[in-house]
Amino acid sequence: MEELVSLRGIIKHFPGVIANDNVSFTLRKGEIHALLGENGAGKTTLMNILYGLYRPDIGEIYVEGRKVEINSPKDAITLGIGMVHQNFKLIPSHTVLENIILGLKKSGLVIKSRKIGEEIKKLAESYGWRINPNAYVWQLTAGEKQQVELLKILYRDAKILILDEPTSVLTPQECRILLQALRRMAKEGKGIIFITHKLDEVFAISDRVTVMRKGRVLVTKETSETNMSELAQYMVGRPVIFTIEKKESRPSGEAITIKNLKAFNDKGVLALKDVNLKVMKNEIVGIIGVTGNGQQELVEVIAGLRKASGGSLIVDGVNIINSSPEKIIELGIAYIPPEPLRYGIAPNLTVLDNLFMKAYRYKPYSNGVIVNWKKIYNKAEELIREFQIVPENPYAKARSLSGGNLQRLILARELSGLIGEKIPRLIVAAYPTKGLDVGATEFVHKTLIEYSRKGSGILFVSEDIEEALMISDRVAVMHDGKIVRVFRPGEVDIDKIGLMMAGVEIAFK
Amino acid sequence: MSIEWIEQVLQLTVQMGTVYLLASLGEIYAERSGVLNLGLEGMMLMGAATSFMFTLAYGHLSAILTSIIVGALMGLILSILVVDMKLNQVVVGLAMTMLGAGLSGFFTFPEVRKNLLLRLNPSLPEEVLLIQQAQKLPEIQIPLLSNIPVIGKMFFSHNLLVYFSFILSIAMWFILFKTRIGLTIRSVGENPSMADSLGVNVYMVRRMTVILSGVFASLAGAYFFIGFHPFWREGVTAGRGFIALALVILATWSPMRAILGAYLFGGVETFQYRLQLFGLGAQSPYFLAMLPYILTIMTLIIISTESIKKRIGAPASLGIPYAREE
Ligand SMILES: Nc1ncnc2c1ncn2[C@@H]1O[C@H](COP(=O)(O)OP(=O)(O)OP(=O)(O)O)[C@@H](O)[C@H]1O
Ligand SMILES: [Mg+2]
Repeated sequence: MEELVSLRGIIKHFPGVIANDNVSFTLRKGEIHALLGENGAGKTTLMNILYGLYRPDIGEIYVEGRKVEINSPKDAITLGIGMVHQNFKLIPSHTVLENIILGLKKSGLVIKSRKIGEEIKKLAESYGWRINPNAYVWQLTAGEKQQVELLKILYRDAKILILDEPTSVLTPQECRILLQALRRMAKEGKGIIFITHKLDEVFAISDRVTVMRKGRVLVTKETSETNMSELAQYMVGRPVIFTIEKKESRPSGEAITIKNLKAFNDKGVLALKDVNLKVMKNEIVGIIGVTGNGQQELVEVIAGLRKASGGSLIVDGVNIINSSPEKIIELGIAYIPPEPLRYGIAPNLTVLDNLFMKAYRYKPYSNGVIVNWKKIYNKAEELIREFQIVPENPYAKARSLSGGNLQRLILARELSGLIGEKIPRLIVAAYPTKGLDVGATEFVHKTLIEYSRKGSGILFVSEDIEEALMISDRVAVMHDGKIVRVFRPGEVDIDKIGLMMAGVEIAFK
Repeated sequence: MSIEWIEQVLQLTVQMGTVYLLASLGEIYAERSGVLNLGLEGMMLMGAATSFMFTLAYGHLSAILTSIIVGALMGLILSILVVDMKLNQVVVGLAMTMLGAGLSGFFTFPEVRKNLLLRLNPSLPEEVLLIQQAQKLPEIQIPLLSNIPVIGKMFFSHNLLVYFSFILSIAMWFILFKTRIGLTIRSVGENPSMADSLGVNVYMVRRMTVILSGVFASLAGAYFFIGFHPFWREGVTAGRGFIALALVILATWSPMRAILGAYLFGGVETFQYRLQLFGLGAQSPYFLAMLPYILTIMTLIIISTESIKKRIGAPASLGIPYAREE
């Protein structure tokens, strides 16, 4: 079979880490090649090298048998390489069309909007997508945004597609549509490199699979000749148990009671219409629902980051609604925000700074004026060990950490009880495993369960039904700003849950 | 208030506004690409000083051309500092303003000026060497149209630069919003890392727009001096560069809306001069002179609120240097 890409002996250092250590990788015509590996394994780095964003220290790149120098994305595009990045690279205030044609000569000096719009529409339809080229990107759902990302490269006639975790932001339905389209692209003879942490996707779609760990390629196999547990073991270097054992929960006392909660979203629309929910101590309550049904607003209101327009949040008999985040922190409510890089981390500060962003002004880490850096440093080292954060250097810049390690950092900050040396009474965790590898996901699950059994109440928001059913003691389905049903895992079957998430009313027996 | 009085106020409104319009046009491009050029005032002063000297030495055409070159050079320096070396745009911009103020003052200092003028053109007569004023750009009346009552003077009785700035605003609006070049500039200002990943040379785009903003600022200074107020003194532009900066925001980064905003500021300023002539505010002329600046400050206060900033669509990466993460 014809080789589209061959990377040979790629080595890439970053200050203090070898991100790629003598990596070789091939992509064939018409194949979907899954690239797996734990957070920080070096997958994105390798792809950035192929796309010309980074220069390798050592190593050779061959495209269709020819040795090439790729010094910038421009070179890569000329060679027919296109990349969908791990985070959306789109401009919300521009139209779909404007996002797609940026940098393209063939769009004409005066942009031929009508003609190009037709072309884009046709291209999208050939993959079964319906996209309005004149819509603004901020109006699109995550699934549509991902389609625009793909159209960006397809419109440039790329034959080598690099997709860096394209499904991590998608709902299961959106994901299915995307995978179908990818299969068609492969049939047309394109080569696709597909990075993911979800093993079922690897088996659903890929022809071959490569696993990386700590900057090296461990193995490349035909997908049909391997299985989930083998891949998982390659990824984290030890067997992974996909099911979690947890003790029966013994709820004792209320962690928080949410009553008739109402709040607006950023666009001024009522996003929380009437939320009622009780979370007990020693209990995990999972919230599932299609993204955008009020989950984000709910967690923000609890964390004190968004004003509620009505209702109450009751903690120990006191209504704490619209208290300052400071007050809420002091009550022992921990918050694990979605999208850590945007909401949970100051990327240019060090690991140590980020760990103590909340605790630095409380005893014993400061006397209110002067910070006791020695104490902080010692505690930071302890936390880095306990939560297994890599690199083990408290002075590393947070932005250089991989996704899994950022999430560990936030867990360490939020859960370690730095303030008042007690465990949190309530942990609000919004999508804490998004984009994490199987090992890190397992770590987050275990940690949350452990804290719930030590006495914390946990509100766990997820898009992944199976994940929520697995770790929760009770599950609440959220739709259109309301909790539509609360039940125990196993009481309702998955199809019915899917219907409830879509807003279909279901009679309860 | 006679009809002549109104006609004159309207005419001066446009002529005053043109200073702001020219300066803000270039700044709009720079900010749309994500770079704040706070050196506007300094660059205007350099343009004014250059036009002063060259008008005396070789006449108007040479004055305009050289001030364009000087502006480009100032823009180039700024772009190297903030685009390539990624220094703080506010600090460097203010430094450029001081540099422009200092240099323009130095070159026009009587002794220095005399020497410079003699080097530029040794045949200049002695009396030209020390005069403080230059010849104004001639006004070109458009036949028939300029005779229309009230608006004839306002739109059809100006020097070439005024007509030019008006047409240019429309052209620059078209380029910014309808062409590939404009899309590239706007995208670089919104999300440089995306533009980079699509093969756009972010640094080159920003260098070009910053140089353009230098050219326009300098041209604005030249226009102010030879086209509006040809009497030299140090710091002759009197902070109008900063007013132009506020105008860019008021115009929400659109060259079309900048026309309206520029004439609004021009109008306020003209009006207060006229009121002074009437003897109004005679007790405190400074109060009226303050008006344009108060308008500026108010614009900035209203618009610097985070929520309003988002709603009016400031370029998302304005003021943030771009570096590919490596
Ligand atoms: N720009 C950078 N500067 C410094 N270090 C970096 C940079 N980019 C990546 N690294 C480091 O290189 C290593 C590999 O990172 P990379 O992003 O390639 O991992 P990944 O396999 O894509 O992980 P994830 O699954 O979390 O996306 C990590 O240790 C990371 O901290
Ligand atoms: Mg990655």
